[in-house]
Amino acid sequence: MSSTTKPINQKAWWLVLPVFLCVAFSAVLPLMTVVNYSVQDIISPERRVFVGTEWFAAVMRDEDLHAALLRQLGYSLAVLAVEIPLGIVLALGMPAQGWKASAVLVLVALSLLIPWNVVGTIWQIYGRADIGLLGATLQRLGIDYSYTGNARDAWITVLVMDVWHWTPLVALLCYAGLRSIPDAYYQAARIDGASKFAVFRYIQLPKMRGVLMIAVLLRFMDSFMIYTEPFVLTGGGPGNATTFLSQYLTQKAVGQFDLGPAAAFSLIYFLIILLLCFILYNWMQRVGTADKTGVE
Amino acid sequence: MNAVVMPAPMRSAKASRAIGVQKRSIFLVCYLVFAILPIYWMVMMSFKTNEEILSSFSLWPKHFTWDNYKTIFTDASWYSGYINSLIYVAINTVISISVALPAAYAFSRYRFLGDKHVFFWLLTNRMTPPAVFLLPFFQLYTTLGLMDTHIAVALAHLVFNVPLAVWILEGFMSGIPREIDETAYIDGYGFPRFFLTIFLPLIKAGVGVAAFFCFMFSWVELLLARTLTSVNAKPIVATMTRTVSASGMDWAVLAAAGVLTIVPGAIVIWFVRHYIAKGFAMGRV
Repeated sequence: MSSTTKPINQKAWWLVLPVFLCVAFSAVLPLMTVVNYSVQDIISPERRVFVGTEWFAAVMRDEDLHAALLRQLGYSLAVLAVEIPLGIVLALGMPAQGWKASAVLVLVALSLLIPWNVVGTIWQIYGRADIGLLGATLQRLGIDYSYTGNARDAWITVLVMDVWHWTPLVALLCYAGLRSIPDAYYQAARIDGASKFAVFRYIQLPKMRGVLMIAVLLRFMDSFMIYTEPFVLTGGGPGNATTFLSQYLTQKAVGQFDLGPAAAFSLIYFLIILLLCFILYNWMQRVGTADKTGVE
Repeated sequence: MNAVVMPAPMRSAKASRAIGVQKRSIFLVCYLVFAILPIYWMVMMSFKTNEEILSSFSLWPKHFTWDNYKTIFTDASWYSGYINSLIYVAINTVISISVALPAAYAFSRYRFLGDKHVFFWLLTNRMTPPAVFLLPFFQLYTTLGLMDTHIAVALAHLVFNVPLAVWILEGFMSGIPREIDETAYIDGYGFPRFFLTIFLPLIKAGVGVAAFFCFMFSWVELLLARTLTSVNAKPIVATMTRTVSASGMDWAVLAAAGVLTIVPGAIVIWFVRHYIAKGFAMGRV
Protein backbone atom coordinates (compact mmCIF):
# COMPACT_ATOMS: atom_id res chain seq x y z
CA MET A 1 0.00 0.00 0.00
CA SER A 2 2.18 2.83 -1.18
CA SER A 3 0.27 5.92 -0.29
CA THR A 4 2.46 8.68 -1.66
CA THR A 5 0.09 10.03 -4.31
CA LYS A 6 -3.22 8.61 -3.18
CA PRO A 7 -5.91 11.22 -2.58
CA ILE A 8 -7.47 11.48 0.84
CA ASN A 9 -11.13 10.54 0.73
CA GLN A 10 -13.01 9.80 3.94
CA LYS A 11 -15.99 8.57 1.94
CA ALA A 12 -13.92 5.48 1.07
CA TRP A 13 -15.00 4.22 4.47
CA TRP A 14 -18.37 3.40 2.94
CA LEU A 15 -16.65 0.94 0.64
CA VAL A 16 -14.88 -0.71 3.55
CA LEU A 17 -18.01 -0.86 5.68
CA PRO A 18 -19.36 -4.22 4.41
CA VAL A 19 -16.06 -5.93 5.15
CA PHE A 20 -15.92 -4.20 8.49
CA LEU A 21 -19.39 -5.44 9.45
CA CYS A 22 -18.74 -8.98 8.22
CA VAL A 23 -15.52 -9.35 10.12
CA ALA A 24 -16.86 -7.59 13.18
CA PHE A 25 -19.77 -10.01 13.29
CA SER A 26 -17.68 -13.13 12.91
CA ALA A 27 -14.53 -12.07 14.71
CA VAL A 28 -15.05 -9.24 17.19
CA LEU A 29 -18.20 -10.62 18.82
CA PRO A 30 -16.67 -14.07 19.43
CA LEU A 31 -13.44 -12.49 20.62
CA MET A 32 -15.40 -10.47 23.19
CA THR A 33 -16.90 -13.71 24.47
CA VAL A 34 -13.44 -15.13 24.89
CA VAL A 35 -12.32 -12.05 26.80
CA ASN A 36 -15.41 -12.38 28.97
CA TYR A 37 -14.59 -16.01 29.82
CA SER A 38 -10.97 -15.31 30.50
CA VAL A 39 -11.71 -13.26 33.59
CA GLN A 40 -14.31 -15.56 35.13
CA ASP A 41 -14.41 -18.91 36.83
CA ILE A 42 -17.32 -20.72 35.25
CA ILE A 43 -18.48 -23.35 37.66
CA SER A 44 -21.82 -23.84 35.93
CA PRO A 45 -23.77 -21.71 33.42
CA GLU A 46 -25.51 -19.97 36.34
CA ARG A 47 -22.60 -19.68 38.74
CA ARG A 48 -19.74 -17.51 37.60
CA VAL A 49 -17.13 -15.78 39.69
CA PHE A 50 -15.03 -12.88 38.56
CA VAL A 51 -11.39 -13.79 39.02
CA GLY A 52 -9.55 -10.95 37.29
CA THR A 53 -6.21 -11.85 35.82
CA GLU A 54 -5.81 -15.05 37.78
CA TRP A 55 -6.13 -17.32 34.75
CA PHE A 56 -3.58 -15.31 32.83
CA ALA A 57 -1.09 -15.67 35.65
CA ALA A 58 -1.81 -19.39 35.86
CA VAL A 59 -1.38 -19.86 32.12
CA MET A 60 1.87 -17.91 32.07
CA ARG A 61 3.31 -20.21 34.71
CA ASP A 62 2.14 -23.38 32.97
CA GLU A 63 5.25 -25.43 32.20
CA ASP A 64 3.48 -27.63 29.65
CA LEU A 65 2.47 -24.52 27.80
CA HIS A 66 6.06 -23.29 27.67
CA ALA A 67 7.13 -26.62 26.22
CA ALA A 68 4.32 -26.55 23.66
CA LEU A 69 5.23 -22.99 22.70
CA LEU A 70 8.88 -23.91 22.16
CA ARG A 71 7.90 -26.92 20.08
CA GLN A 72 5.57 -24.71 18.08
CA LEU A 73 8.24 -22.09 17.40
CA GLY A 74 10.75 -24.72 16.33
CA TYR A 75 8.20 -26.32 14.07
CA SER A 76 7.07 -23.07 12.42
CA LEU A 77 10.67 -22.00 11.80
CA ALA A 78 11.45 -25.38 10.25
CA VAL A 79 8.36 -25.05 8.05
CA LEU A 80 9.47 -21.63 6.79
CA ALA A 81 13.09 -22.70 6.34
CA VAL A 82 12.10 -25.62 4.13
CA GLU A 83 9.00 -24.41 2.30
CA ILE A 84 10.03 -20.90 1.24
CA PRO A 85 13.28 -21.83 -0.58
CA LEU A 86 11.69 -24.99 -1.96
CA GLY A 87 8.70 -23.04 -3.23
CA ILE A 88 10.94 -20.43 -4.92
CA VAL A 89 13.07 -23.05 -6.67
CA LEU A 90 9.95 -24.89 -7.71
CA ALA A 91 8.40 -21.73 -9.16
CA LEU A 92 11.61 -21.04 -11.11
CA GLY A 93 11.46 -24.50 -12.61
CA MET A 94 7.81 -24.45 -13.62
CA PRO A 95 7.25 -24.01 -17.37
CA ALA A 96 5.89 -20.59 -18.35
CA GLN A 97 3.37 -21.50 -21.02
CA GLY A 98 1.78 -24.25 -23.08
CA TRP A 99 -0.04 -27.37 -22.01
CA LYS A 100 2.92 -28.31 -19.80
CA ALA A 101 2.41 -25.19 -17.71
CA SER A 102 -1.27 -26.00 -17.20
CA ALA A 103 -0.58 -29.61 -16.32
CA VAL A 104 2.20 -28.76 -13.87
CA LEU A 105 0.05 -26.05 -12.23
CA VAL A 106 -2.81 -28.43 -11.63
CA LEU A 107 -0.54 -31.23 -10.39
CA VAL A 108 1.29 -28.90 -8.02
CA ALA A 109 -1.93 -27.43 -6.64
CA LEU A 110 -3.58 -30.80 -6.01
CA SER A 111 -2.34 -31.26 -2.47
CA LEU A 112 -3.76 -27.88 -1.43
CA LEU A 113 -7.28 -29.03 -2.22
CA ILE A 114 -7.32 -32.07 0.01
CA PRO A 115 -9.26 -31.57 3.24
CA TRP A 116 -6.90 -31.43 6.17
CA ASN A 117 -8.11 -34.50 7.95
CA VAL A 118 -7.77 -36.45 4.70
CA VAL A 119 -4.17 -35.25 4.49
CA GLY A 120 -3.58 -36.73 7.92
CA THR A 121 -5.32 -39.94 6.95
CA ILE A 122 -3.33 -40.32 3.73
CA TRP A 123 -0.04 -39.94 5.56
CA GLN A 124 -1.19 -42.18 8.37
CA ILE A 125 -1.42 -45.10 5.97
CA TYR A 126 1.35 -43.89 3.63
CA GLY A 127 3.83 -43.97 6.51
CA ARG A 128 2.89 -47.33 7.94
CA ALA A 129 5.77 -49.77 7.76
CA ASP A 130 3.62 -52.77 6.87
CA ILE A 131 1.16 -51.41 4.31
CA GLY A 132 2.27 -47.86 3.42
CA LEU A 133 4.48 -46.99 0.49
CA LEU A 134 6.76 -44.60 2.41
CA GLY A 135 7.03 -46.72 5.55
CA ALA A 136 7.62 -49.93 3.64
CA THR A 137 10.23 -48.34 1.39
CA LEU A 138 12.15 -46.94 4.35
CA GLN A 139 11.91 -50.29 6.08
CA ARG A 140 13.37 -52.03 3.03
CA LEU A 141 16.22 -49.54 2.95
CA GLY A 142 17.01 -50.72 6.43
CA ILE A 143 15.84 -47.62 8.29
CA ASP A 144 13.93 -48.43 11.41
CA TYR A 145 11.09 -45.97 10.94
CA SER A 146 7.94 -45.63 12.99
CA TYR A 147 5.96 -42.43 13.34
CA THR A 148 3.93 -43.85 16.20
CA GLY A 149 6.79 -45.09 18.33
CA ASN A 150 9.67 -42.74 17.74
CA ALA A 151 9.37 -39.06 18.68
CA ARG A 152 11.91 -37.89 16.10
CA ASP A 153 10.28 -39.86 13.30
CA ALA A 154 6.87 -38.49 14.24
CA TRP A 155 8.14 -34.90 14.19
CA ILE A 156 9.85 -35.37 10.83
CA THR A 157 6.77 -37.04 9.37
CA VAL A 158 4.56 -34.13 10.44
CA LEU A 159 7.07 -31.72 8.89
CA VAL A 160 7.35 -33.65 5.61
CA MET A 161 3.58 -33.87 5.49
CA ASP A 162 3.36 -30.10 5.90
CA VAL A 163 6.00 -29.56 3.20
CA TRP A 164 4.06 -31.84 0.88
CA HIS A 165 0.80 -30.11 1.73
CA TRP A 166 1.78 -26.43 1.69
CA THR A 167 4.88 -25.87 -0.48
CA PRO A 168 2.55 -25.59 -3.51
CA LEU A 169 1.02 -22.45 -1.99
CA VAL A 170 4.43 -20.77 -1.88
CA ALA A 171 5.24 -22.05 -5.36
CA LEU A 172 1.97 -20.80 -6.87
CA LEU A 173 2.38 -17.34 -5.36
CA CYS A 174 6.00 -17.08 -6.52
CA TYR A 175 5.02 -18.37 -9.93
CA ALA A 176 2.42 -15.62 -10.25
CA GLY A 177 5.09 -13.09 -9.26
CA LEU A 178 7.58 -14.43 -11.80
CA ARG A 179 5.05 -14.24 -14.63
CA SER A 180 4.73 -10.50 -14.06
CA ILE A 181 8.34 -9.86 -15.16
CA PRO A 182 8.43 -8.40 -18.69
CA ASP A 183 10.67 -10.18 -21.19
CA ALA A 184 12.61 -6.95 -21.74
CA TYR A 185 14.22 -7.39 -18.31
CA TYR A 186 15.62 -10.78 -19.26
CA GLN A 187 16.82 -9.48 -22.63
CA ALA A 188 18.63 -6.62 -20.94
CA ALA A 189 20.24 -9.04 -18.52
CA ARG A 190 21.32 -11.28 -21.41
CA ILE A 191 22.96 -8.36 -23.18
CA ASP A 192 24.78 -7.47 -19.98
CA GLY A 193 25.93 -11.09 -19.73
CA ALA A 194 24.44 -11.36 -16.25
CA SER A 195 24.86 -14.70 -14.54
CA LYS A 196 21.85 -16.79 -13.64
CA PHE A 197 22.33 -15.93 -10.00
CA ALA A 198 22.46 -12.23 -10.80
CA VAL A 199 19.21 -12.52 -12.77
CA PHE A 200 17.65 -14.21 -9.81
CA ARG A 201 19.03 -11.83 -7.24
CA TYR A 202 18.41 -8.53 -9.02
CA ILE A 203 15.40 -9.21 -11.25
CA GLN A 204 13.39 -12.17 -10.06
CA LEU A 205 13.73 -11.88 -6.30
CA PRO A 206 12.75 -8.17 -6.09
CA LYS A 207 9.78 -8.84 -8.35
CA MET A 208 8.65 -11.65 -6.08
CA ARG A 209 8.89 -9.53 -2.95
CA GLY A 210 5.17 -8.80 -2.67
CA VAL A 211 4.00 -12.37 -3.16
CA LEU A 212 6.82 -13.71 -0.99
CA MET A 213 5.63 -11.54 1.85
CA ILE A 214 2.13 -13.00 1.51
CA ALA A 215 3.63 -16.49 1.34
CA VAL A 216 5.83 -16.09 4.41
CA LEU A 217 3.05 -14.56 6.51
CA LEU A 218 0.46 -17.11 5.43
CA ARG A 219 2.76 -20.05 6.02
CA PHE A 220 3.90 -18.66 9.34
CA MET A 221 0.44 -18.07 10.77
CA ASP A 222 -1.05 -21.25 9.39
CA SER A 223 1.76 -23.45 10.66
CA PHE A 224 1.44 -21.71 14.01
CA MET A 225 -2.20 -22.77 14.14
CA ILE A 226 -1.74 -26.28 12.77
CA TYR A 227 -4.21 -28.66 14.33
CA THR A 228 -5.98 -31.19 12.16
CA GLU A 229 -3.09 -32.90 10.41
CA PRO A 230 -0.95 -33.84 13.43
CA PHE A 231 -4.13 -34.62 15.36
CA VAL A 232 -5.13 -37.22 12.80
CA LEU A 233 -1.62 -38.51 12.13
CA THR A 234 -0.10 -38.82 15.57
CA GLY A 235 -2.67 -37.52 18.04
CA GLY A 236 0.08 -35.31 19.46
CA GLY A 237 2.32 -38.21 20.39
CA PRO A 238 4.37 -40.15 20.98
CA GLY A 239 4.52 -38.50 24.37
CA ASN A 240 4.19 -34.81 23.62
CA ALA A 241 6.49 -34.74 20.60
CA THR A 242 3.91 -33.35 18.18
CA THR A 243 1.52 -31.60 20.56
CA PHE A 244 1.51 -28.08 19.19
CA LEU A 245 -0.28 -25.06 20.63
CA SER A 246 -3.70 -25.52 19.01
CA GLN A 247 -3.88 -29.06 20.17
CA TYR A 248 -2.85 -28.16 23.68
CA LEU A 249 -5.58 -25.51 23.67
CA THR A 250 -8.25 -27.89 22.42
CA GLN A 251 -7.23 -30.46 25.03
CA LYS A 252 -7.72 -27.83 27.68
CA ALA A 253 -10.97 -26.34 26.38
CA VAL A 254 -12.77 -29.48 25.25
CA GLY A 255 -10.99 -32.27 27.06
CA GLN A 256 -10.80 -30.80 30.56
CA PHE A 257 -13.51 -28.19 29.99
CA ASP A 258 -11.51 -25.47 31.73
CA LEU A 259 -13.18 -22.56 29.97
CA GLY A 260 -11.53 -19.77 31.94
CA PRO A 261 -7.91 -20.87 31.52
CA ALA A 262 -8.60 -21.97 27.95
CA ALA A 263 -9.94 -18.51 27.12
CA ALA A 264 -6.97 -16.80 28.76
CA PHE A 265 -4.68 -19.12 26.84
CA SER A 266 -6.54 -18.31 23.59
CA LEU A 267 -5.90 -14.62 24.07
CA ILE A 268 -2.22 -15.09 24.83
CA TYR A 269 -1.92 -17.42 21.85
CA PHE A 270 -3.56 -14.85 19.61
CA LEU A 271 -1.30 -12.07 20.90
CA ILE A 272 1.83 -14.16 20.27
CA ILE A 273 0.81 -14.74 16.64
CA LEU A 274 -0.09 -11.09 16.24
CA LEU A 275 3.22 -9.91 17.64
CA LEU A 276 5.32 -12.31 15.55
CA CYS A 277 3.41 -11.47 12.37
CA PHE A 278 3.79 -7.76 13.07
CA ILE A 279 7.56 -8.14 13.48
CA LEU A 280 7.80 -10.30 10.37
CA TYR A 281 5.65 -7.90 8.34
CA ASN A 282 7.67 -4.83 9.27
CA TRP A 283 10.97 -6.61 8.84
CA MET A 284 10.04 -7.77 5.36
CA GLN A 285 8.81 -4.30 4.42
CA ARG A 286 12.19 -2.88 5.46
CA VAL A 287 14.21 -5.55 3.69
CA GLY A 288 12.11 -4.95 0.62
CA THR A 289 12.64 -1.19 0.50
CA ALA A 290 16.36 -1.52 1.21
CA ASP A 291 16.47 -3.89 -1.72
CA LYS A 292 14.70 -1.45 -3.99
CA THR A 293 17.03 1.44 -3.29
CA GLY A 294 19.92 -0.94 -3.84
CA VAL A 295 18.76 -1.80 -7.34
CA GLU A 296 17.58 1.50 -8.63
CA MET B 1 39.45 -24.14 -27.69
CA ASN B 2 36.00 -22.77 -28.12
CA ALA B 3 37.21 -19.67 -26.38
CA VAL B 4 38.58 -18.55 -29.71
CA VAL B 5 35.12 -18.66 -31.22
CA MET B 6 33.24 -17.25 -28.30
CA PRO B 7 34.37 -14.83 -25.58
CA ALA B 8 34.94 -16.80 -22.41
CA PRO B 9 32.58 -15.07 -19.96
CA MET B 10 29.69 -15.21 -22.38
CA ARG B 11 30.17 -18.87 -23.07
CA SER B 12 30.34 -19.80 -19.43
CA ALA B 13 27.24 -17.78 -18.65
CA LYS B 14 25.37 -19.45 -21.47
CA ALA B 15 26.55 -22.92 -20.54
CA SER B 16 25.72 -22.48 -16.90
CA ARG B 17 22.28 -21.20 -17.86
CA ALA B 18 21.61 -24.31 -19.93
CA ILE B 19 22.77 -26.59 -17.12
CA GLY B 20 20.77 -24.54 -14.64
CA VAL B 21 17.57 -24.93 -16.61
CA GLN B 22 18.14 -28.66 -16.81
CA LYS B 23 18.79 -28.88 -13.09
CA ARG B 24 15.59 -27.01 -12.41
CA SER B 25 13.55 -29.33 -14.61
CA ILE B 26 14.99 -32.41 -12.94
CA PHE B 27 14.23 -30.87 -9.58
CA LEU B 28 10.69 -30.13 -10.71
CA VAL B 29 10.14 -33.70 -11.86
CA CYS B 30 11.48 -35.03 -8.53
CA TYR B 31 9.12 -32.75 -6.66
CA LEU B 32 6.16 -33.79 -8.77
CA VAL B 33 6.88 -37.44 -7.97
CA PHE B 34 7.07 -36.56 -4.28
CA ALA B 35 3.78 -34.65 -4.62
CA ILE B 36 1.93 -37.31 -6.54
CA LEU B 37 2.96 -40.47 -4.66
CA PRO B 38 0.75 -40.00 -1.56
CA ILE B 39 -2.20 -39.15 -3.80
CA TYR B 40 -1.42 -42.15 -5.99
CA TRP B 41 -1.45 -44.29 -2.86
CA MET B 42 -4.86 -42.95 -1.89
CA VAL B 43 -6.29 -43.52 -5.38
CA MET B 44 -4.99 -47.08 -5.43
CA MET B 45 -6.41 -47.71 -1.97
CA SER B 46 -9.80 -46.54 -3.12
CA PHE B 47 -9.89 -49.38 -5.64
CA LYS B 48 -8.93 -52.06 -3.14
CA THR B 49 -10.97 -53.95 -0.60
CA ASN B 50 -10.29 -53.40 3.10
CA GLU B 51 -8.88 -56.90 3.41
CA GLU B 52 -6.36 -56.28 0.67
CA ILE B 53 -5.29 -52.91 2.11
CA LEU B 54 -4.62 -54.35 5.54
CA SER B 55 -3.30 -57.77 4.63
CA SER B 56 -0.54 -57.13 2.13
CA PHE B 57 1.67 -54.53 0.56
CA SER B 58 1.00 -54.02 -3.15
CA LEU B 59 1.63 -51.17 -5.54
CA TRP B 60 -1.67 -51.61 -7.38
CA PRO B 61 -4.96 -53.36 -6.61
CA LYS B 62 -4.95 -57.10 -7.25
CA HIS B 63 -8.73 -57.31 -6.98
CA PHE B 64 -9.90 -54.12 -8.64
CA THR B 65 -13.25 -52.92 -7.25
CA TRP B 66 -15.62 -49.98 -7.67
CA ASP B 67 -17.54 -50.91 -4.52
CA ASN B 68 -16.13 -48.09 -2.43
CA TYR B 69 -17.36 -45.47 -4.88
CA LYS B 70 -20.70 -47.24 -5.15
CA THR B 71 -21.07 -47.01 -1.40
CA ILE B 72 -20.57 -43.26 -1.51
CA PHE B 73 -22.86 -42.55 -4.45
CA THR B 74 -25.74 -44.68 -3.16
CA ASP B 75 -25.60 -43.78 0.53
CA ALA B 76 -27.33 -40.43 1.16
CA SER B 77 -25.32 -39.78 4.31
CA TRP B 78 -22.19 -39.81 2.15
CA TYR B 79 -23.18 -37.90 -0.97
CA SER B 80 -25.22 -35.29 0.88
CA GLY B 81 -21.96 -34.38 2.61
CA TYR B 82 -20.54 -33.26 -0.71
CA ILE B 83 -23.66 -31.26 -1.54
CA ASN B 84 -23.63 -29.55 1.86
CA SER B 85 -19.96 -28.66 1.52
CA LEU B 86 -20.45 -27.27 -1.97
CA ILE B 87 -23.39 -25.13 -0.83
CA TYR B 88 -21.64 -23.42 2.05
CA VAL B 89 -18.38 -23.04 0.14
CA ALA B 90 -20.25 -21.36 -2.72
CA ILE B 91 -22.15 -19.02 -0.36
CA ASN B 92 -18.93 -18.17 1.43
CA THR B 93 -16.99 -17.46 -1.77
CA VAL B 94 -19.73 -15.22 -3.17
CA ILE B 95 -20.06 -13.19 0.05
CA SER B 96 -16.28 -12.94 0.52
CA ILE B 97 -15.62 -11.67 -2.98
CA SER B 98 -18.55 -9.26 -3.08
CA VAL B 99 -17.70 -7.53 0.20
CA ALA B 100 -13.97 -7.63 -0.49
CA LEU B 101 -14.16 -5.96 -3.93
CA PRO B 102 -15.26 -2.46 -2.84
CA ALA B 103 -13.03 -2.57 0.24
CA ALA B 104 -9.98 -3.56 -1.78
CA TYR B 105 -10.77 -0.71 -4.18
CA ALA B 106 -10.91 1.75 -1.30
CA PHE B 107 -7.59 0.52 0.09
CA SER B 108 -5.85 0.65 -3.27
CA ARG B 109 -7.16 4.09 -4.34
CA TYR B 110 -7.70 6.30 -1.32
CA ARG B 111 -6.25 7.36 1.97
CA PHE B 112 -8.71 7.64 4.80
CA LEU B 113 -8.81 7.76 8.55
CA GLY B 114 -7.15 4.63 9.94
CA ASP B 115 -6.71 2.91 6.59
CA LYS B 116 -3.41 1.21 7.42
CA HIS B 117 -4.66 0.11 10.82
CA VAL B 118 -7.85 -1.35 9.41
CA PHE B 119 -5.85 -3.16 6.74
CA PHE B 120 -3.58 -4.75 9.30
CA TRP B 121 -6.51 -5.42 11.65
CA LEU B 122 -8.18 -7.36 8.85
CA LEU B 123 -5.09 -9.50 8.50
CA THR B 124 -5.01 -10.20 12.22
CA ASN B 125 -8.32 -12.02 11.85
CA ARG B 126 -6.54 -14.39 9.52
CA MET B 127 -4.17 -15.07 12.40
CA THR B 128 -6.72 -16.17 14.98
CA PRO B 129 -6.58 -19.91 15.52
CA PRO B 130 -9.98 -21.44 14.69
CA ALA B 131 -9.76 -23.34 17.96
CA VAL B 132 -10.12 -20.01 19.76
CA PHE B 133 -13.46 -19.35 18.08
CA LEU B 134 -15.02 -22.76 18.58
CA LEU B 135 -16.99 -22.09 21.71
CA PRO B 136 -18.04 -18.49 21.04
CA PHE B 137 -19.23 -19.45 17.55
CA PHE B 138 -21.21 -22.32 18.95
CA GLN B 139 -22.99 -20.02 21.39
CA LEU B 140 -23.46 -17.20 18.89
CA TYR B 141 -25.08 -19.37 16.25
CA THR B 142 -27.19 -21.25 18.79
CA THR B 143 -28.54 -17.92 20.02
CA LEU B 144 -29.30 -16.82 16.46
CA GLY B 145 -30.96 -20.16 15.69
CA LEU B 146 -28.56 -20.76 12.82
CA MET B 147 -26.99 -23.96 14.09
CA ASP B 148 -26.74 -26.75 11.54
CA THR B 149 -27.43 -24.47 8.58
CA HIS B 150 -25.21 -23.83 5.58
CA ILE B 151 -25.27 -20.12 6.18
CA ALA B 152 -23.73 -20.56 9.65
CA VAL B 153 -20.65 -22.31 8.29
CA ALA B 154 -20.43 -19.86 5.39
CA LEU B 155 -20.50 -16.90 7.81
CA ALA B 156 -18.00 -18.51 10.17
CA HIS B 157 -15.56 -19.06 7.33
CA LEU B 158 -15.69 -15.36 6.48
CA VAL B 159 -13.27 -14.82 9.36
CA PHE B 160 -10.33 -16.10 7.38
CA ASN B 161 -11.55 -15.66 3.79
CA VAL B 162 -12.58 -12.00 3.72
CA PRO B 163 -9.18 -10.69 4.89
CA LEU B 164 -7.41 -12.93 2.39
CA ALA B 165 -9.68 -11.80 -0.46
CA VAL B 166 -9.15 -8.12 0.40
CA TRP B 167 -5.41 -8.67 0.55
CA ILE B 168 -5.17 -10.43 -2.82
CA LEU B 169 -7.57 -8.09 -4.62
CA GLU B 170 -5.82 -5.00 -3.25
CA GLY B 171 -2.61 -6.26 -4.82
CA PHE B 172 -4.21 -6.70 -8.22
CA MET B 173 -6.02 -3.37 -8.09
CA SER B 174 -2.91 -1.43 -7.16
CA GLY B 175 -1.43 -2.68 -10.41
CA ILE B 176 -4.08 -0.83 -12.46
CA PRO B 177 -3.04 2.76 -13.18
CA ARG B 178 -5.25 5.35 -11.53
CA GLU B 179 -5.50 7.29 -14.80
CA ILE B 180 -8.09 4.75 -15.94
CA ASP B 181 -10.40 5.69 -13.06
CA GLU B 182 -9.90 9.40 -13.61
CA THR B 183 -10.58 9.17 -17.35
CA ALA B 184 -13.76 7.21 -16.70
CA TYR B 185 -15.00 9.74 -14.14
CA ILE B 186 -14.28 12.59 -16.53
CA ASP B 187 -16.23 10.75 -19.21
CA GLY B 188 -19.21 10.85 -16.88
CA TYR B 189 -19.21 7.35 -15.49
CA GLY B 190 -20.64 6.98 -12.01
CA PHE B 191 -18.81 4.76 -9.54
CA PRO B 192 -21.06 1.68 -9.79
CA ARG B 193 -21.11 1.71 -13.58
CA PHE B 194 -17.38 2.36 -13.84
CA PHE B 195 -16.64 -0.38 -11.33
CA LEU B 196 -18.80 -3.03 -12.97
CA THR B 197 -18.20 -2.31 -16.66
CA ILE B 198 -14.62 -1.06 -16.76
CA PHE B 199 -12.73 -1.92 -13.59
CA LEU B 200 -14.03 -5.42 -12.89
CA PRO B 201 -13.05 -6.82 -16.32
CA LEU B 202 -9.55 -5.44 -15.79
CA ILE B 203 -9.02 -7.36 -12.56
CA LYS B 204 -10.88 -10.54 -13.41
CA ALA B 205 -7.62 -12.44 -13.03
CA GLY B 206 -7.44 -11.21 -9.45
CA VAL B 207 -11.05 -12.17 -8.83
CA GLY B 208 -10.27 -15.64 -10.18
CA VAL B 209 -7.26 -16.09 -7.92
CA ALA B 210 -9.07 -14.70 -4.87
CA ALA B 211 -12.10 -16.92 -5.53
CA PHE B 212 -9.83 -19.93 -5.85
CA PHE B 213 -8.22 -19.25 -2.47
CA CYS B 214 -11.59 -18.63 -0.79
CA PHE B 215 -12.93 -21.83 -2.25
CA MET B 216 -9.89 -23.76 -1.16
CA PHE B 217 -9.70 -22.58 2.44
CA SER B 218 -13.41 -23.03 2.99
CA TRP B 219 -13.43 -26.45 1.35
CA VAL B 220 -10.69 -27.96 3.48
CA GLU B 221 -11.57 -26.46 6.87
CA LEU B 222 -12.74 -29.05 9.36
CA LEU B 223 -12.87 -27.74 12.92
CA LEU B 224 -15.48 -24.96 12.53
CA ALA B 225 -17.53 -26.80 9.91
CA ARG B 226 -17.84 -29.81 12.14
CA THR B 227 -18.69 -27.85 15.27
CA LEU B 228 -21.45 -25.78 13.66
CA THR B 229 -23.29 -28.63 11.97
CA SER B 230 -24.87 -31.89 13.04
CA VAL B 231 -27.18 -33.41 10.43
CA ASN B 232 -28.73 -31.10 7.85
CA ALA B 233 -25.61 -29.25 6.82
CA LYS B 234 -22.99 -31.82 7.74
CA PRO B 235 -19.98 -31.32 5.44
CA ILE B 236 -18.09 -34.11 3.79
CA VAL B 237 -14.99 -33.54 5.92
CA ALA B 238 -17.07 -34.28 9.01
CA THR B 239 -18.72 -37.28 7.41
CA MET B 240 -15.28 -38.68 6.79
CA THR B 241 -14.37 -38.65 10.46
CA ARG B 242 -17.31 -41.01 10.96
CA THR B 243 -15.48 -43.90 9.32
CA VAL B 244 -13.45 -44.30 12.47
CA SER B 245 -15.80 -46.77 14.08
CA ALA B 246 -15.72 -49.67 16.47
CA SER B 247 -14.88 -52.11 13.71
CA GLY B 248 -11.74 -50.15 12.92
CA MET B 249 -11.04 -47.81 10.03
CA ASP B 250 -12.94 -48.29 6.81
CA TRP B 251 -9.82 -47.36 4.87
CA ALA B 252 -11.11 -48.19 1.41
CA VAL B 253 -14.27 -46.06 1.54
CA LEU B 254 -12.32 -43.31 3.27
CA ALA B 255 -9.79 -43.31 0.44
CA ALA B 256 -12.57 -43.18 -2.17
CA ALA B 257 -14.19 -40.26 -0.34
CA GLY B 258 -10.81 -38.53 -0.18
CA VAL B 259 -10.32 -38.92 -3.92
CA LEU B 260 -13.75 -37.40 -4.50
CA THR B 261 -12.94 -34.40 -2.28
CA ILE B 262 -10.09 -33.48 -4.63
CA VAL B 263 -12.31 -33.41 -7.73
CA PRO B 264 -14.20 -30.09 -7.25
CA GLY B 265 -10.99 -28.29 -6.37
CA ALA B 266 -9.20 -29.71 -9.39
CA ILE B 267 -12.02 -28.42 -11.59
CA VAL B 268 -11.84 -24.95 -10.05
CA ILE B 269 -8.10 -24.69 -10.50
CA TRP B 270 -8.46 -25.84 -14.09
CA PHE B 271 -10.65 -22.79 -14.70
CA VAL B 272 -8.36 -20.26 -13.01
CA ARG B 273 -5.07 -21.70 -14.28
CA HIS B 274 -4.69 -19.05 -16.99
CA TYR B 275 -5.37 -16.28 -14.51
CA ILE B 276 -2.76 -17.61 -12.14
CA ALA B 277 -0.35 -17.92 -15.05
CA LYS B 278 -1.01 -14.35 -16.13
CA GLY B 279 -0.91 -13.72 -12.47
CA PHE B 280 -0.16 -10.43 -10.94
CA ALA B 281 0.88 -9.29 -14.40
CA MET B 282 -0.32 -5.74 -13.87
CA GLY B 283 3.10 -5.01 -12.45
CA ARG B 284 2.44 -4.30 -8.81
CA VAL B 285 4.41 -7.24 -7.53
